[in-house]
This record gives sequence, C-alpha cells and structure tokens, in this order.
Amino acid sequence: MKLIVAIIRSNKLDQVRESLIEAGIERITVGRVSGHGRHIKEEVYRGKVIVPGLTPKIRIEIAVNEDFVETTVDAILNSARSADSADGIIGDGKIFITPLEECIRIRTGERGGEAI
Amino acid sequence: MKKTYLLLLALLGFTVSSFAQGTPEIDTGATAWMITSTALVLLMVPGLAMFYGGLVRSKNVLGTMMHSFVAMGIMSILWIAVSYSMAFGESIFGGWFGWNSDYLFLRGIDESIMPSGVPELVFVMFQGKFAIITPALIAGAFAERVSFKGYVLFITIWGIFIYNPLCHWVWAEDGFLFNLGPMGAIDFAGGTVVHISAGVSGLVAAIYLGKRRGYPHRHSRPNNLVMTLMGAGLLWVGWFGFNAGSSVSSGLATAQALTATQVAAAAGAMSWIIIESLHHGKATALGFVSGVLAGLVAVTPAAGVVQPLGAISLGIIASMVCYGAVILKDKLGYDDSLDAFGIHGVGGIVGALLLSFFIRDSWMADAAIANGGTWGALQQLGIQATAVGIAIAYAAIGTIIIIFIVEKTVGLKAKTSDELDGLDHAYHGERGYGMLNPN
Repeated sequence: MKLIVAIIRSNKLDQVRESLIEAGIERITVGRVSGHGRHIKEEVYRGKVIVPGLTPKIRIEIAVNEDFVETTVDAILNSARSADSADGIIGDGKIFITPLEECIRIRTGERGGEAI
Repeated sequence: MKKTYLLLLALLGFTVSSFAQGTPEIDTGATAWMITSTALVLLMVPGLAMFYGGLVRSKNVLGTMMHSFVAMGIMSILWIAVSYSMAFGESIFGGWFGWNSDYLFLRGIDESIMPSGVPELVFVMFQGKFAIITPALIAGAFAERVSFKGYVLFITIWGIFIYNPLCHWVWAEDGFLFNLGPMGAIDFAGGTVVHISAGVSGLVAAIYLGKRRGYPHRHSRPNNLVMTLMGAGLLWVGWFGFNAGSSVSSGLATAQALTATQVAAAAGAMSWIIIESLHHGKATALGFVSGVLAGLVAVTPAAGVVQPLGAISLGIIASMVCYGAVILKDKLGYDDSLDAFGIHGVGGIVGALLLSFFIRDSWMADAAIANGGTWGALQQLGIQATAVGIAIAYAAIGTIIIIFIVEKTVGLKAKTSDELDGLDHAYHGERGYGMLNPN
C-alpha cells in the first residue's frame, strides 16, 4: 500500500477530482494548505501588489494499493499540470509517494488492502 | 374626487409638483422619516451582498459581494446624472421614459420642496436607492460565472434602459401604468419595477450564460451561511425603509405599510420552514430566510393596500409558490444560482397579482367612485396582470438586447479559466478568506 500526497494549485482541484473519479479513484482527503516552493504568487490589496510569504495550495491525500499507484499518479499529472505550456508552469505542485504500513477501516476493524 | 386623487397619490408614494401652491413648508417629521428610510434602503445593499456572498463558494465571495457594492457606485452617479430625469421627468417618446432638463445632475432642484413637505433631494436619494438594489438583485441569477467588466457594462445599460422606463411607467404621474384603470396599477414599493424586472432579467441572463461548471452534478455548498443569515436580517430591517418609506410621508399610510411588511415576512418564513419540515423533515436556516425574502417580496407591491391578514396570506402563498419554483428549477435544469428569479421574480408576480383579492375596503370604495359605480377585485386583477405582463415582456426583451451588446463588446460570461480560478482571484486579485474550506 502507498500513501500518495499531492500538492496542487487550488484552482485545479475540480479538474483533478474529475480526473481521479474517471480513473476509478474515489476515496480522497482534501485540505487547504499553504507553503512555498519556487512559485511566487502575487495578490493585490488596496492597489498594492503583495507577495504573501506563503502561497495557498490544496493537498490531496490518497491511500491506494500497489496496482493503483501509476493510475493515480497519471490522473493527477494529466489534470494538475497547467495547460499553457507543455512543460507546465512553476507552481503546478508536487506528488509525494510514501509506503503505507497499515490501513484500518474503523467501522468494521478490517485491515490492510481490503480496507482501502 | 380630489380627495380620492390625493389619496391615490399618497398611496402610490408620489406627489406632483404642479399641485404646489407657493413654496410648501418643510414637514420635518416626514422629512426625518424619509431620510431614515433612505438610509435603511441603502443598508439593504450590503445586506444583499452578505446574503449572496455567503451562498457562493469561497473563491467567489468577494466577486459576488462586489456585484452589490459596485452597483452602489454606478447607480448613484447615473441616478443624479440622467436616471432621475428619465424616471420622473415628463413623458417623452410616447411615454417610453421621462425627461426634464432641470433634473440633469439635479441642477434645478437644489431648493425644491415637494408638496408633501419633503425636500426633493431627499426624494431623489430615496428613489436612487431602489435603482441601486434592483440591478444588484439580478446578480444572484448568474453568480459565480460572470466577468466583472461585463457585469458593470450590463447593469449600466440595464439601469438606464430597463429600470428607468419601468420606474417612469409605474411611478411617474404621467406614466401609463400609473394611470391604468380608475386607481392605477398597484405597485406600492416596487413589485413590478424592482422584483419582477430583476427576477425576469436574471432568468434570461442565467439561461443565456448557461450553467456553472459542474452544475448540477457537483453541489456548490454555501461558503458561509452565517453571513447569509446576517444579510437576510439586514434586508428585513432595511425593508421597512423600502416599504414604509414608499408612502413618502410619516403618517397613517406609513404605519399600514410597516405593519403589512412585518407580518408578511414572518408568515413567509414560518410557512417555508413548515413546508420544508413536511417535505424533508428539517427546518433549515436558509429555508427560513428564503421564506422571509419571499414574504417581503410579495408584500412589496401590496404594502399600501392590504390589511395585516391580507399580508399574512400573501406571505404564505408566496412561500408556497416560491418553494415550488425552486424545486421546479432543478427539474428544468437551468442554473439560477441564488434563485433571483425563484424568489424575486416569482414572489413579485405572486404579490402583484394576488394583492387584488386582499385590498382594504376603503380603497376599493374609492376605486368604485373613481370608476363611476363599481370596481371589483377581478377587474383590478386584470389591471395588475397587464402591468405584470408588460414588465415581464419589457425586462425579458430588453435583457436579451443588452446581453447581445455586452457580448459583442467586453463579454459577459467569465472565461472557463477565470471561473475555475474564482472571481476573486481572476477579477479582483484578492482572496476573501484565509484558510477556510477548500471549495
């Protein structure tokens, strides 16, 4: 089992969700986070351009069995990358994949791949 | 006869300067109440901004609130520049709208006092607030998917060519709907001029612009119902200025309108949550305030002519019909995002038509005398239906033409990428909230 954590642009959430659902991945957790990478985002307040220290992003967490890792990653890549240029734009985000030791469904107490 | 005519003028909230003999004294009581009413109606605009702002997704909250706020900017300037003249000047072009060069930038009425004892500037400001809130109401129909520039151009043209003529027809003393039948088409505070015109125009624009991305499969949850409730509260409070101020006096007619307004809102709210409880088993907060608005909208045209029991009846019927309209919307599948048509259009139509059956006896007696014999509720219903039909047709056709013009110039519909980014970031470069829910 793997835990896939994707940090994406907030405006890409709808497309990423649609793309994941299309790929058969329907169990996700979404949160609003802020942070910074190489991306600098400008906002305007009372006529002044401001670069906030932290940029708002969306974090998606998906726990999957091994067979679904590539499907999930492809679905995110295809939907979260900015369409303006083939290589995307700085700020499109990152995907982290970590091993997942255990997964337990609270309702039934099932464990492992069955519970995902 | 003269008494009847004066009563009619008082009821319809309008007085005629040609009746003035010399300069009238200022009636400080009436003037103070009219200034208060002006402030109350203005309070409805931020109230509407909060009401609508709370109902959209968090990425659109500022853009949606700006739809109301920018109307305060545009309409205020337009109103003193040309709109007051177009609405309350003498009929020109066969009565299409009014014109009086004294009213341009209010140059000629600096010291004018109306026969009701109210300085004309107070009346101008009071009426101007109605011109602000009407286009702001439309924004609820196409929330979350309209470009800011397009919206600004849309409400500018709409205010000049839809609102002003309708206002002239219904409220100016030489307007043709004002003079329909023995006592005119009844529109005390703006059922046809404000709510039907805004609701119908919103419906036309919403259908033209199409659905929001993902609608209706993905439910767009309101970002902040607390703000929506506070906005609804401000609307209810402000509505006392809207209705009771429309008597342009401080007396019996004011008291009657005030009372009708309060009970209609309460009746609308209670019937909405009762219907909802029977239908779904829960009385929602959004349902309660929707009922408040349905009741207030329905009593708006009627506040001057119905007694409390009639106002309660209108509130109940309006909630029932609006509840049905909102459900029907889902069946028909058009995206009137915040139910501008479902509440304001439908509620306004219900109020303007059905008030015919709840008019107080003294008014009907005066109408019978003015008609030279008899006057019945069904005859008045005919007059009301004519006014409503004309308002619907004019607003719908005018809106189609305006959309065509706006689409050919700056574009009304938001680009898909802007819609995804949210109006706040795309058009204002700001965000409404810090770290709230991610939609």
